[in-house]
Amino acid sequence: MRPADLLGSSWSAIRTHKMRSALTMLGIVVGIASVVLTVGLGLGTQKDVSDQIASLGSDLLIVSPGSSTDDSGMRGGFGSAETLTLADADALASEIAVPDAAAVAAEKTASVSLEYGESNWTTTATGTSVSWVDVRSRELMYGSFFTDDDVTAAADVIVLGAETAEELFGSTAVVGQDVTIDGTQYEVIGVLAEAGSSGDTSLDDLAVVPMTTMVESLDSSGASEAVQTIYIKATDADALSAASQEAQALLLNLHGIASVDDADFTIDVQDSLIDAATSVYEKLTVLLTGIAALALLVGGIGVMNIMLVSVTERTREIGLRKALGAAPANIRNQFLIEAMILGLSGGAVGVIIGVGLALALPSVLGSTIVISGLALVVSVVVAVGIGAVFGVYPAARAARLAPIDALRDQ
Amino acid sequence: MTSTLSTETTMSVPTMPEPVISLTGARKTYHTGDIEFEALRGIDCRIYPGEYVAIVGPSGSGKSTLMNILGCLDVLTSGQYVLAGEDVSTMDEVALASARNRRIGFVFQQFHLLASLTALGNVELPLVYAGVAPAERRERALRALDRVGLADKARNHPGQLSGGQQQRVAIARALVTEPAIVLADEPTGNLDSHSTADVLGMIDDLHAEGATIVLITHESDVAARAGTVYNVTDGQFVGAGTEIAK
Repeated sequence: MRPADLLGSSWSAIRTHKMRSALTMLGIVVGIASVVLTVGLGLGTQKDVSDQIASLGSDLLIVSPGSSTDDSGMRGGFGSAETLTLADADALASEIAVPDAAAVAAEKTASVSLEYGESNWTTTATGTSVSWVDVRSRELMYGSFFTDDDVTAAADVIVLGAETAEELFGSTAVVGQDVTIDGTQYEVIGVLAEAGSSGDTSLDDLAVVPMTTMVESLDSSGASEAVQTIYIKATDADALSAASQEAQALLLNLHGIASVDDADFTIDVQDSLIDAATSVYEKLTVLLTGIAALALLVGGIGVMNIMLVSVTERTREIGLRKALGAAPANIRNQFLIEAMILGLSGGAVGVIIGVGLALALPSVLGSTIVISGLALVVSVVVAVGIGAVFGVYPAARAARLAPIDALRDQ
Repeated sequence: MTSTLSTETTMSVPTMPEPVISLTGARKTYHTGDIEFEALRGIDCRIYPGEYVAIVGPSGSGKSTLMNILGCLDVLTSGQYVLAGEDVSTMDEVALASARNRRIGFVFQQFHLLASLTALGNVELPLVYAGVAPAERRERALRALDRVGLADKARNHPGQLSGGQQQRVAIARALVTEPAIVLADEPTGNLDSHSTADVLGMIDDLHAEGATIVLITHESDVAARAGTVYNVTDGQFVGAGTEIAK
């Protein structure tokens, strides 16, 4: 028997029983559509989370002050110590000591009250260096960031977050305006583009000033040399761990500490945050896909069920085909191919419906859905495979029918 | 094989060709649980090319079993069946399917046409399993339909044809492979008298054109058209084949 004729006889059997074929496919359609959708939803959520974290800079090291130990051996709370200084930041910026660092920015923060005309707004002022924009991966919506000259001169200039500008001025196009802090006027030279939020903290409600300005005018802690955080941007993501080790060695040396265990600072990697967050969603994706796969299994059992009915119903046809010279393999292959065609069509329709829903749902749910081409191809292959696996038993039964019994069947 | 067959058959008529069908000591036993039933109890039979043979007998006589054996739909418990020079009794299922396809044209009481296929499609079916290419298949099927006078109904489905026409399509399907024998099992059992005459006339014509025909029936007037009649009772031939004087 020619392969084309085999395909033809399977196809004509499917066409002859349109309603039954459609119902058989339905289970596969639902199963594949839900697999496509859940995988897409899982990948989408994962992408959302990692995007959010990556917006902070995925090649970023965060150095925080560690707990301080006083003379009596009492340890203070985490981050409470003033063990990181401007000198540390300068040392970390050295290309010789930390060759894998591309840029370093220290942050010194203070709570300030901004005034403009009648309105005022309390926010966090951050004193830092010019490299901050690059290190924190920020962009400016209006104006420009301050320059090295501004830092040297401790100029009274300020860059506002979009939310801060909106709250204070009712607008973000406020470059050239003056804001007052404690009676001193600061010129707004730039407004940062929106960056969303990181956890509970808004990244858009802040005021950035030169470090020197912060130290001289705004900081009231009395610890003028201490900084809250030093951000180190590695040359690239691969150099992250090297940069981390270099920074650690340098700081231990500067602080005169022999053992890592006694370190008065901690270095965090942004990647570990991404890994932790995405692993949760990975598990969720696996779980959802598992449920969808169950739906697919039920669909496969549906195929087997209807194929068995079909074999019983077509007993005489099978008998006749055998009498006319069909070998058992011809009959088996006809039913097997029939089941695979049902799987293929069901899979294709399921993919179309799944992708359709994936395109429609994000506007309703507000969540991202990522459609991966690989997942679609795998889905269709799995659907055909399910047709084949669940078609084997009915096909084998059809092939085993004795022609005389089959012909006699009424 | 030639020697064993020639002893009996070629003595009287030295020019006689080899038989198409040669059954020797054919036995068939069915087992249903503990019950054993002997459907065929040693049948010997030679059918020669161009013969028109009728096999008659009451129901339960074993003639249906004989028809299944002759049609390679079932195998003997013991004995030998040689069909067109091939020993069928030792064949496996795949070889039997091939033998049915090449050697035998079936005509069934219930026509057994596939409703989903056209008349042409039904006639083409044996050629599909023979692996014949579509173009040749179509041509041969049309020729077979023309031979039974239904070339103009090639595109019709069985449901659109009368019983007599359906049986003629079935005859075309039996002829299309140019088989060694046409095996007709009660071919007029489901037909009215007019169609019966029509179909039997067609079988007469085929015989006149040289086809070898084995017809199984329980009606004596149908059997009377054959050249030789074998009477089966209790799984055995009663007497020798009766030559019908024409």
